[in-house]
Amino acid sequence: MSNDSQGPLWEVFVQKKAGQPFVHCGNLHAYDKEMALQNARDLYTRRGEGMALWVVPSSAIVSSSPEDMGSFFEPSNDKIYRHPTFYQIPDGVGHM
Amino acid sequence: MGVVNFEDLFEAKLAKNDIIEPKDWMPDNYRKHLIRQISQHAHSEIVGMLPEGNWITRAPSLRAKLVLLAKVQDEGGHGLYLYTAAESLGTSRDEMLDALLTGKAKYSSIFNYPTLTWADVGAVGWLVDGAAIMNQVMLQRTSYGPYARAMVRICKEESFHQRQGYELMTHLAFGTPAQKEMAQDALNRWWYPTLMMFGPPDIESPNSENALKWRIKRETNDELRQRFVNQTMPQIEYLGLVVPDKNLKWNEAKKGYDFSEPDWTEFKAVIKGNGPCNKERLASRNKSHSEGAWVREAAAAYAKKQNENYQAA
Ligand SMILES: [Fe+2]
Ligand SMILES: [Fe+2]
Repeated sequence: MSNDSQGPLWEVFVQKKAGQPFVHCGNLHAYDKEMALQNARDLYTRRGEGMALWVVPSSAIVSSSPEDMGSFFEPSNDKIYRHPTFYQIPDGVGHM
Repeated sequence: MGVVNFEDLFEAKLAKNDIIEPKDWMPDNYRKHLIRQISQHAHSEIVGMLPEGNWITRAPSLRAKLVLLAKVQDEGGHGLYLYTAAESLGTSRDEMLDALLTGKAKYSSIFNYPTLTWADVGAVGWLVDGAAIMNQVMLQRTSYGPYARAMVRICKEESFHQRQGYELMTHLAFGTPAQKEMAQDALNRWWYPTLMMFGPPDIESPNSENALKWRIKRETNDELRQRFVNQTMPQIEYLGLVVPDKNLKWNEAKKGYDFSEPDWTEFKAVIKGNGPCNKERLASRNKSHSEGAWVREAAAAYAKKQNENYQAA
């Protein structure tokens, strides 16, 4: 085992069609970015699943943690005025 | 809420059919159970490439060869999706590969049977992938997110595997008498090993209870096995082939077939390493792994150099 590794982990994002957002579809091991991109193509787009790919070293991803979920997202919970339904628009002015 | 009881939160999530994600708190035994199950599943996909890979160079037509290559490549992909799903639980790729190559890890007993004729390629796609699909469709709703997502992707890819196998069987079953005999022989040899794929009977399945409690599995071994037999029988009848089981018959009361259990002593022997091909499979994996070592070394050295150049610039 020892130094015979499979290379670092990369996260793969695929864009299904032009104009659509890139969506996370999985991860893979590769030694460098070129290989990561080629492996992503072979692993995640064998059946026309996308037309563009991003690969990102997993170590570069920063994420929120589930334990802090409550307090982390709390600031938005009481701000109902951020939603369109908070406002009263008179009938007769058409769709708004 | 004052002190948060993680175990209660976890149980509450499962009760609501919520999905557990890698960073969520989970009991150690849940984690261990998943690492074992997912890595074994990954190993099965990888070792599963060998029995069919055996026929790629001898496929009887270019079409058959392309199909088989595509299928075997998919299985390699399935192994990779599953390895990373297991890694999200804190094990490493190297650890898992090491366990496989040293014979410490288990994989599905079915891949320790030989593919003796071209009909076996059909039988494997039709029956073995068919049984795997039945299990994997259930696992699409397993409680661990990365495993469930890998299964959704895998299930999408699997249906071509089963269909190409059945198509191959129809060619043989409706071909010359010798071809039909070859198809029957393949069914005879693959029937019981396929039934074993669902695992031991519920009454003696050591891991089932926890797996069901944790919603890792949602149906029992016997339930899946029964469904597989019910679904496969019309397909066998269409081919005009005969199941190698004299006790198999329709049971109107349970709206399903009665059938004989596979030989569970044989199952245990194969799991323990004494199947017809265990040694050969392990030797093949070890051979290709060590023959690929120079590629991994070169790629790692190249990546390191590129990194150094990047930092220097
Ligand atoms: Fe597979
Ligand atoms: Fe398959």
